[in-house]
Amino acid sequence: MDARPLTIALAGNPNSGKTSVFNNLTGTRQKVGNWPGVTVEKKEGHIRRGGREITIVDLPGTYSLTPFSLEEVIARNYLLDERPDVVVVVIDATNLERSLYLATQIRELDGKVLFALNMADMARARGLVIDAAKLSQLLDVPVVFTVANRAEGMEELLEQAIRLADSPKPPDRSRRVKYSRDLEEAIGRLAGFLESRIGQRLAWLPRWTAIKLLEDDEVVKQRLVAAAPEAAGFVLEAAAKLRRHLAERYDEDPQIVLTDERYGFIAGIVREVQRADARRRVDVSRNIDLVLTHRFLGFPIFLFFIWAMFQLTFTLGEAPVAWIEDGVGWAAEAAAALLPAGPLQGLIVDGVIAGVGSVLKFLPNILILFFCIALFEDTGYMARTAFLMDRIMHLIGLHGKSFIPMLMGFGCNVPAVMAARTLESPRDRILTILITPFMSCSAKLPVYVVLAGAFFGERAGSVIFALYLLGILLSILTGRLLRSTLLAGADAPFVMELPPYRMPMVKSLLIHMWDRSRIFLRKMGNVILVGSVVVWVLSSFPQVPVEGPAAGGSPPAEAAGHAGEARGAQIRESWLGRIGRAVEPLFAPLGIDWRGAVALLSGFIAKEIVVSTLGVLHAVGEASESGGDLERALLSSGMSPLSGLSMMVFVLLYLPCLATVSAIRRETGSTKWMLFSIGYNTSVAWLVSFAVYQGGRLLGYA
Amino acid sequence: MRLSELQEGESATIVHVGGDRRLRRRVLEMGLVKGTRIRIEKYAPLKDPLELVAKGVHLSLRVEEAERIEVEKAD
Repeated sequence: MDARPLTIALAGNPNSGKTSVFNNLTGTRQKVGNWPGVTVEKKEGHIRRGGREITIVDLPGTYSLTPFSLEEVIARNYLLDERPDVVVVVIDATNLERSLYLATQIRELDGKVLFALNMADMARARGLVIDAAKLSQLLDVPVVFTVANRAEGMEELLEQAIRLADSPKPPDRSRRVKYSRDLEEAIGRLAGFLESRIGQRLAWLPRWTAIKLLEDDEVVKQRLVAAAPEAAGFVLEAAAKLRRHLAERYDEDPQIVLTDERYGFIAGIVREVQRADARRRVDVSRNIDLVLTHRFLGFPIFLFFIWAMFQLTFTLGEAPVAWIEDGVGWAAEAAAALLPAGPLQGLIVDGVIAGVGSVLKFLPNILILFFCIALFEDTGYMARTAFLMDRIMHLIGLHGKSFIPMLMGFGCNVPAVMAARTLESPRDRILTILITPFMSCSAKLPVYVVLAGAFFGERAGSVIFALYLLGILLSILTGRLLRSTLLAGADAPFVMELPPYRMPMVKSLLIHMWDRSRIFLRKMGNVILVGSVVVWVLSSFPQVPVEGPAAGGSPPAEAAGHAGEARGAQIRESWLGRIGRAVEPLFAPLGIDWRGAVALLSGFIAKEIVVSTLGVLHAVGEASESGGDLERALLSSGMSPLSGLSMMVFVLLYLPCLATVSAIRRETGSTKWMLFSIGYNTSVAWLVSFAVYQGGRLLGYA
Repeated sequence: MRLSELQEGESATIVHVGGDRRLRRRVLEMGLVKGTRIRIEKYAPLKDPLELVAKGVHLSLRVEEAERIEVEKAD
């Protein structure tokens, strides 16, 4: 038995069930969505079979291997450069033709290929019967039946893949796409040039390279020049000449002719292996769509879903939020009782417990929000939102697909910025990334809940809703502005699949919800913990001498007011207070005092920290008998509803948090865009808050 | 006629796919090649994009993209 480690790559169309196959094979938990291109990152899983190491690589879901989108380039480069032992192509049985289009291109790369014929049960339900033996024989590729969402056929798939990897038989090149005579002639001549002029330096098959050159593939051309600078000129010249010749001969771009012929070849195979049953079942998905994307009902339903999502997030979250608050209060009391009064007690009770606790209590809201977003994705509704919204997004110069990252931005900007990778054109991608931070993320919500709760009472919900709308409005204005200035140019094609609706699996929804919430919790564990401690230290030193015995600990209830004042005085004189007062003139026109300014500064680490900083600055860190202390403290601090509103607007719009900023840098690949985002957002925040506060004052609101 | 001129529910066969390279490429990749039978499923509530069915698959494309696709209407 061979013990050589193996690498198996999974390729397939978006929505082909490839991600489910990957999850089943590796047991790794990751996102399974209906949104095309959900697995953009290269994901690997390591397993052992019979004592040998097997690496399974999940390639991005693509329809083709052209160099037009990031995903396709990633997938192709991986197959070309890493040369996995076996490529498993996940074939969507309900869509054989298009699956085979990708599969034939992968076979042209000359690796060992195995087909996983997935969702054959669904195909049968639609009246399609596929003769797998015939398919296997016609293309000389082993075929395994799988039902990935029920984990069927996985063992056999793995077994076959290993057998194929170990088999010494080279792939049969005669079962490839044969193009028409003129094309084959051109391919042959070009391949000959490649062999004679570039020879060993050519990393790929001459035939494949020749086809790509006839398709005028920019990536291949560039890499050819890099590999053989002196010879490439001649070959490219010859390719250009042949392209012109073919264009004349077929009266069509050779690239299109090649695609047409590939589809012709595939159509022949499909005719042989697929039988369509005359009795077609009712297309359930279609009926659902008749309602959900209905001319008149579509938008109201869509708005209802979004509204329901926010309602669920906040009403359902209420009870667990209260439990967590109680728990945090109890923990603070216990810690205060256990620890001797002094700096250590202050650090633990006012710094760590108060800081982390004030953010931890929003976990239920965040869990529910992420659950709803996962539900949208898994059912296939996400793609419909793009269908509904494209017209509007297009007005901003964006793609309907941009709506998804922006919607995810309501959860957390970090995955949202990353989700922008599904956009093919770099311009669309950068634009989406830049306007995503205007989508009010869940971390900003605690800030609104506290401020709106304190100043707007009953109407807090409406105020928060208006803030979300303001964020959307500004993203539209920003989109239009950037589209006509820094990011002007033609749009990428919209053409997109609307995958069938699927019943989501509860398990998968929970996994998605948890995966995303984990990011939030991890942030709690480090960034917020550190931030809370830093803020506490900055606010506690240098120490101000205090009168009275109640300082620095958990005072008896009757002394609480007094201790609060002492703490306030302490913070005023602390480093944090000094910083805040130094920048106060900048914030004064916005109606934000030094405490607000300090809280906003600390929010760069993570937006939730704004709340905990406000808590510390308004001296409500001590063990509390009930929630709502911060609200009361804010009300009695002399802040008006108008300045509260101004502050919320500022929080909504100003610079993204540290994690988002680093994601922007990574995803745009440019420090320039990161700095632009920081500068632009903060300027917009200042201007809008200024307009809100000063405008409000002019209108007579205090 | 152009694909964008078809009404909801009408069927046609694709004659020619035009437009710039990226668009043509994408349209062809999704299986909308010459000779493919399509049916207009619906237009989005804002009249753009449109949804069509080809080979049992639902695809959506913008009206301005559908304008580049020449079709022959079926009776």
